[in-house]
Amino acid sequence: MKCQRCDKQAAFHITDLTGETVSAVHLCPNCAKDYLEPQQAKKVETSSLMGMLSKQLKVGQTAEQLAALDQKVCPICGISFFEFRKQGRLGCPHDYTFFHEELEPLIVNIHGVTEHKGKTPKHSSISNEAQMQLIQLRRQMNEAVEKEDYEQATHIRDLIRQLESGGRE
Amino acid sequence: MKVDHFPNPVGPWMRGNGPQSDIVISSRVRLARNVAEFPFIMRCNEFDRANIEATVSRRLREMPVASTCNYFNVATLKAVDRQYLVERQLISRELSENQGARGVLVDRDENFSVMINEEDHLRIQVMRSGLDFEGAFQQIEALDDAIDEKVCYAFHSQYGYLTACPTNVGTGMRVSVMLHLPALVLTKQIEKVFRSLQKINLAVRGLYGEGSQAMGDFYQISNQITLGRSEYELIKQVGDVVPVIISYERKARHFLLQDSRDDLQRQVRKALGTLQKAGQISSEETMHLLSKVRLGVNLGLINDLDIPTINRLFVYTQPAHLQKMRGSEMDTTQRNKARAVYLHSQLELPSGDAPQS
Ligand SMILES: [Zn+2]
Ligand SMILES: [Zn+2]
Repeated sequence: MKCQRCDKQAAFHITDLTGETVSAVHLCPNCAKDYLEPQQAKKVETSSLMGMLSKQLKVGQTAEQLAALDQKVCPICGISFFEFRKQGRLGCPHDYTFFHEELEPLIVNIHGVTEHKGKTPKHSSISNEAQMQLIQLRRQMNEAVEKEDYEQATHIRDLIRQLESGGRE
Repeated sequence: MKVDHFPNPVGPWMRGNGPQSDIVISSRVRLARNVAEFPFIMRCNEFDRANIEATVSRRLREMPVASTCNYFNVATLKAVDRQYLVERQLISRELSENQGARGVLVDRDENFSVMINEEDHLRIQVMRSGLDFEGAFQQIEALDDAIDEKVCYAFHSQYGYLTACPTNVGTGMRVSVMLHLPALVLTKQIEKVFRSLQKINLAVRGLYGEGSQAMGDFYQISNQITLGRSEYELIKQVGDVVPVIISYERKARHFLLQDSRDDLQRQVRKALGTLQKAGQISSEETMHLLSKVRLGVNLGLINDLDIPTINRLFVYTQPAHLQKMRGSEMDTTQRNKARAVYLHSQLELPSGDAPQS
């Protein structure tokens, strides 16, 4: 049997389980290596997640509404909904609250439910508010450094230190 | 800390002495965790990443359990050393290839590792030989509790442990087994089995491990859902299905022995012969042939080899392990020759007992 991607002898007969239907793929060692690279598997995973999301968003939303949604930016970490859609990764813990409406149908699609069951952390040394403030301050400090406003950056760094030590003994 | 040879030739989870280890290579549980006071990796700049790596690694090293661990600053490791850790499945390919500050705390016995700055700030994983979720689960619970004392986890009352990707949210837990299913492949039953697994929300990967390019009838089965089920329920979900697949594989092996023993024996001996005599051999072909030999050993068609030896060969014929043994970097052609030499030395049978067909 010949490789499906080039003309060499196929040595690997792989069952593809990632698609809608299971199919067999016949490849030579070289092409099999490319095919099985986890890097590519990752891409498929992300793209199917994003496909799921875009399908969902199209339901009951006009193009303008979608464009407006893409502009929505988390006030804590600064990620836009567009960036999340593109990368498939969220920017900070607050996104689960801030993009709640958009995320919930996606989460239902993935997990079937929306309520955590199981373990909870035993310690939480920093309040929720302080956690968000810290993420926001770190971003502002980075921005100040970028603008070479070192005075402002130092000021923010001190605020961060205060907050960090406030939560710990 | 330099990556040197670990005290064990392979991690205990790869030794092949756990329950059902003729079919179950290893059991593994991993947790995705984030530190509440930092943005997720995607929104981190270099400075943030360095800050997380420094803060988290310092706190991890304060844990009592860290006294029997090594910490590797992955960003400063050479490519071959990172690959070496990937081949031992102590770090993921993603961590190896990411940019910026990152690291891993590794148990000296290689029963667990904690990655910093992978897709999430923390990826905690525990490995066991054979089918042993109970052991893996107990250890990861203890580890998670110990880390919980040191860092403030990102947690949401409704969504549970918060992760960079919504596919991991909730428990953040992925339970997986690595199975060797050559008979189900040979009898072409494997697709049927997998279709039924996917119906009950289990993911199947036809790969030898996460982040490793090796292969050869190895399949990883894991839970797809992480939210809305307790850790114990997730363990049970995967744990309950494994004995069923094991019984299918055993039936298929039995069938092969009855139906086509001679043919199977020929295939197995041919595979062993190729491994013993090749002048050069790729790592993919090695995996493929070792898989056949492994089946042969398990079915009693080959008597001079044992499973721990075969398991070790799966790891030691991979590129970074070969280069570490040789003590120098090698290109693909050099590796293919070195691999053949190594296989020859390891698979040489006692004289007068050479394989014949
Ligand atoms: Zn090809
Ligand atoms: Zn955010």
